[in-house]
Parts: sequence; C-alpha cells; structure tokens
Amino acid sequence: MAGFSSSLGAAAGDAELARLLAAEQQKAQLQLKVHGFTELCWDKCVEKPSSRFDSRTEACLQSCVERFVDTTLAVTGRFAQMVQKGGH
Amino acid sequence: MDDFSGGPIGGKVDSGMIMEQVKLQIAVANAQELLQRMTDKCFRKCVGKPGSSLDNSEQKCIAMCMDRYMDAWNTVSRTYNSRLQRERAQM
Repeated sequence: MAGFSSSLGAAAGDAELARLLAAEQQKAQLQLKVHGFTELCWDKCVEKPSSRFDSRTEACLQSCVERFVDTTLAVTGRFAQMVQKGGH
Repeated sequence: MDDFSGGPIGGKVDSGMIMEQVKLQIAVANAQELLQRMTDKCFRKCVGKPGSSLDNSEQKCIAMCMDRYMDAWNTVSRTYNSRLQRERAQM
C-alpha cells in the first residue's frame, strides 16, 4: 500500500496534517496485517466453506491470531538474546 | 493515484480535502487487497479441475466462501485489535 509520507504535510508546513497522515498510514498498515493473518488462519482453520461458521472455526481463528502474535514476540525476543550473546 | 487536486500547495493547504482523498485511496486499496486474497482462497476451495465454465455448485461454493472469508476477516480484525489493546495496556 502507498506510504503517505508525512513529508507532504511537513512540506506544506502543517504539522497537524502530518500527524493525521501518519495516523492514517498506521491504520492502513494494521489493515494489511489483518489481511495477512486472515489468509494464514483461513488455511489453518477452514476446510469446507459452509453456510455458517461454527463455533469451532471461530475459536480456531481467534487462537490462530493470538498464537501468531505470541510467535512474533517469542521470535523477536529470542533473536534479541542471540544477537546480544554475540553476533549470530 | 496521487491526485491531491483542489488548491495550491505552499499556500493554504486544504487539509480536509487531502485527508478525504487519502482515506478514500486507503479504502480502495484495502478493498482491492480483500478481493484479491478472497478470490485466491475461494478459487482454491471451490474450483477443482477447471472446466469450460463455472458450474452451479462451483458458483454456490464461491458465494458461500466469500461470506465465510469476510466473516473470517472480521473475526481476525476484532481479535487482533483487542490483542493490541491488551499489549499496549501492559506497556
């Protein structure tokens, strides 16, 4: 997605505009993450498209998101340790 | 895509109009992402060996699949946003 850089607002000398643009860009990046998670978790949780989601699929999707965030935290945490211990 | 028309930059910038344009463009891009990924997933789920046209069962499957995909998107969005709030609350 396009990066609506705040330099546009800064060039116009409008700090408020720059702030608003940065906020929209952050929202857009969040949306993109949701798209990615949905793709991933769809593959893990949905087999046959049915006429309605059962509670098991719903729960699976929620767990999927939570576990992915946990994984991200675990990976970045451990990686930081590895780097600290000495140049991997 | 960058059409911020409606006033000279460098003078008084109409930031309201710019923000409207920006939000619109983001919404359009977001819809395109959704459509592209939804189409991919539903093609994989619903279309087996490609025939000379989409038969009735394939079309029905695609329609259901779209509904389910959007349900999934909403669930994921809700879950992710509340997780973010929980993480922020701990910081």
